Amino acid sequence: MSVQLNERGELRHFLTTEGLDPRLLTRILDTAESFAGVIGKSVKTVPLLRGRTVVNLFFESSTRTRTTFELAAKRLSADVLNIAVDTTTTKGESLLDMLRNLQAMQADMFVIRHDQSGAAEYFARHVNPGVAVLNAGDGWHAHPTQAMLDAYTIRQHKGAFEPLRIAIVGDIRHSRVARSQIHALNGLGAGEVRVIAPNTLLPADVDTLGTHVYNDLEAGLRDVDVVIALRLQHERMQGALLPGESEYFRHYGLTESRLRAAHPEAIVMHPGPINRGVEIDSELADGPRSVILDQVTNGIAIRMAVMTMVLGVQPDNPREAS
Amino acid sequence: MTDLPDIEPLLTTLTERVAALAEAEGPARCTLVGIHQGGAWLAQALQQRLGWQEAPGTLDIAFYRDDLARGGLPGAVRPSKMPLDIDDRVIILVDDILYTGRTIRAALNEIFDYGRPAAVRLAVLLERPGRQLPIAADIVAAPIDLAPGQRVKLRGPDPLHLVIEEASP
Repeated sequence: MSVQLNERGELRHFLTTEGLDPRLLTRILDTAESFAGVIGKSVKTVPLLRGRTVVNLFFESSTRTRTTFELAAKRLSADVLNIAVDTTTTKGESLLDMLRNLQAMQADMFVIRHDQSGAAEYFARHVNPGVAVLNAGDGWHAHPTQAMLDAYTIRQHKGAFEPLRIAIVGDIRHSRVARSQIHALNGLGAGEVRVIAPNTLLPADVDTLGTHVYNDLEAGLRDVDVVIALRLQHERMQGALLPGESEYFRHYGLTESRLRAAHPEAIVMHPGPINRGVEIDSELADGPRSVILDQVTNGIAIRMAVMTMVLGVQPDNPREAS
Repeated sequence: MTDLPDIEPLLTTLTERVAALAEAEGPARCTLVGIHQGGAWLAQALQQRLGWQEAPGTLDIAFYRDDLARGGLPGAVRPSKMPLDIDDRVIILVDDILYTGRTIRAALNEIFDYGRPAAVRLAVLLERPGRQLPIAADIVAAPIDLAPGQRVKLRGPDPLHLVIEEASP
């Protein structure tokens, strides 16, 4: 059984979108939609997680992702700790010792970002019963809350997933975001998920992911309803996987004119931060088709939903004192 | 089995008592707010019967419950809809059944996250014994006493009707 689900099929942790039941994926989106109304009040918090402690453990820096998790936890009235992981680990403390110490401080949830694939699951397997782990990105493996906020944004603008053609453009091979998006969108019943990239940026197992593969951008964009541009990491240039940023933009950069092949009402997305003029033209990123800022806003509601769901389930066993 | 009262006379009684309360407070100061789901249906019915222009506010108190750890959120949480400014207004909070008082406590907490009303009055269709908090209604259409293990629910919205359910053992 998946470590992220309990015996009743409810979320105990949120580690990956792979293999999740469509009803559970939809439940996450529906719960997030409920939270979207919270920001209409003069007091923008609800007391659901009052008295609970959420620990942000970011072994890999990401100000924006950490901030949205922090804001989501605070909107739920939880107490939030941001741990300076580098300082702790350089003192020679093992990961498990760190985990045990934080649990002894009565932490209820860990939000973990790590450059090693599987790090979040490792934590999930070692936390006490009743303590939840959220994966905020691990190596090349998964970034499930990003995928769900993207799915939420797509549903917000396009409604049902079944009729949609969705294209993901860029470095699919090294992207945990793309991997989680593909699993989530297929799980939600999207009509067709396409990946568009040069062969050097496609994963070896691309044929097993349930996507249509394109090397040519304009062919891949034909008639799509949603285009998601991925962030290009600069180290891929140095790793000789690509000839250069301008060359990449010439072949795979999104522009208004290239998007003419897509459906006239196609929306454009990007998980951020954007390399303007590399993955996407500034005019398009700031234009009427862009829903990039909606993605940022929706990220808070999705993280509130997932935090509530994992802490709202009955622990399989009563919580043990650390 | 407990006999259920007819809904129509109950609604008439509730409407008359809310009208009297609003008259005493000043109708222009009053805002109806119904608690999902039965209370929201009742608030809607009251608005029509009273002939008030302003649509009632609605509250889904799921995010304010005190029992998240006992079973999580319910399946569908409807966004609350409240008038933009409730400061210094008299909120007439409407619910179908007043029992333990925990729903009303949650609703009061949520109302105060929208602003600071001049007063909150509670109007309920049925009141049954079993309060767990010091909460009392200002208006009750009728009391009801149920056998242990029974609960009463308002179904609707068209037509509104009451049912008695046996709690699962």
